[in-house]
Amino acid sequence: MAKDFGYTISCDRQIDFDKLSRSMYLEVKKAEPSVDACISCGTCAATCTAGQFTDFSLRKFILLLRRGDSLSVIQSIDKCMLCGKCQLVCPMGVNTRGLIYSIQVISRRIECRNRRVVNKM
Amino acid sequence: MKHVLVIGGGVAGMEASVRLSQMGYAVSIVEQSDKLGGKLNRWHSLSPDNSNASDLLGKLKSQIHQGIHKHLNTEVLSVIKNKLHFVVGLSDGTDLKTDAILVSTGFDVFDAQKKEEYGYGIYDNVITSADLEQIFRDEDELKTTSGTAPKRIGIIHCVGSRDEKAGHTYCSQVCCITAVKQAIEIKEHLPDSEVFCFYMDLRMFGRKFEDIYRDAQVKHGIQFIRGRLSEAFENPDGSVMLKAEDTLLGKPLKMNVDKVILMVGMIASAKTKKIKELLNLQIEDDGFYSIADTHYESTKSSVPGIFVAGACTGPKTIENTINDARAAAIQISEYLKQ
Ligand code: SF4
Ligand code: SF4
Ligand code: SF4
Repeated sequence: MAKDFGYTISCDRQIDFDKLSRSMYLEVKKAEPSVDACISCGTCAATCTAGQFTDFSLRKFILLLRRGDSLSVIQSIDKCMLCGKCQLVCPMGVNTRGLIYSIQVISRRIECRNRRVVNKM
Repeated sequence: MKHVLVIGGGVAGMEASVRLSQMGYAVSIVEQSDKLGGKLNRWHSLSPDNSNASDLLGKLKSQIHQGIHKHLNTEVLSVIKNKLHFVVGLSDGTDLKTDAILVSTGFDVFDAQKKEEYGYGIYDNVITSADLEQIFRDEDELKTTSGTAPKRIGIIHCVGSRDEKAGHTYCSQVCCITAVKQAIEIKEHLPDSEVFCFYMDLRMFGRKFEDIYRDAQVKHGIQFIRGRLSEAFENPDGSVMLKAEDTLLGKPLKMNVDKVILMVGMIASAKTKKIKELLNLQIEDDGFYSIADTHYESTKSSVPGIFVAGACTGPKTIENTINDARAAAIQISEYLKQ
């Protein structure tokens, strides 16, 4: 049981490039190479219905993957309904729907992998 | 035959001299250094076509024929304006009578040491875009000071530009595309390296520039981080720690890199300040010469008979500098026909 010591520790918000791993981005990129063309314009996020009710933003998720913060993406990627509206508006021709699908598949793979590790312990 | 004196033998001065001479005017060029070509002498390749700077220089030089008088290693010492002409004294002892003057005193490269927090001149692995061109020009490899190939390189945009503290609030125009060009060149030399560009805005205004930016991401895997470098620290092993905010994520960010390249901006040249005094020209707050009309008379100065061309009226690409020089030649010829 965690004890309440009357204070909390703030998480480090800093993106530390030397600690984070970009391996998930590279995996996603292999599955959907068009992700590299993203210029973070936010058009996809503006048009996304999921984004109106949650903090879902494809623009942000692509950036988080690029910066190596895969965990935040894995936790939220299922909020997407794969409606494909974002694909219609992306000015860079990113195959957004295919991209999200790939992220979902890879996320599940990573989650399974992690579970297996936990079960072995 | 009417005579035009061209002050400054860089790209603008050379091109204007050739055009004026073709129009039938006698032309003299005064150049402070020992050769024509200005900053082009120190550049390796040009955007957007990656052509060799030396090829363009050769093209410009090949047009400078015997009839154009060159005064190299020469300064303008005095200028007296008579009713219809100027009497100019040069440091090589020549006294010239000229009907018009074209000032093409170019730009200076921002001295990156003034941005102390970036460590240029203090940390060995911090260099400038101009230094990198020199390395490529000399066919050297980009190396860390310990002689290894850098694994991670940070390219810093807007060094000395868009920065009130550095004294230059304007955008230098060419450094965004230079950053992307150099990032690609680095990746071509060192395919296993990671290259990051730290920018505030990417100003890809020219034809094909946006395509090059896209290629940088898609073909070369260059990464762009929106956020200005706040400070750099040298680690004991000589690598440099960079701190910026990733403003698209709203999070502070730190990164160790093996090499830092500062995209130094264009500032009004020391020569511009000197010549301004001699010719009674006006300059603006940014240090560059005033022009008669931004849209219509961009090569006319504030003094009749004196014209201006190239980067002495503000940062310009070479393409625009050459066009400016040609425009100046036309404007001078109109003036001389009056
Ligand atoms: S496909 Fe997903 S991310 Fe794209 S608009 Fe639909 S819900 Fe939003
Ligand atoms: S619309 Fe396309 S380019 Fe813009 S942020 Fe979304 S995926 Fe990236
Ligand atoms: S061209 Fe780009 S790097 Fe250069 S000053 Fe302008 S915004 Fe900054």
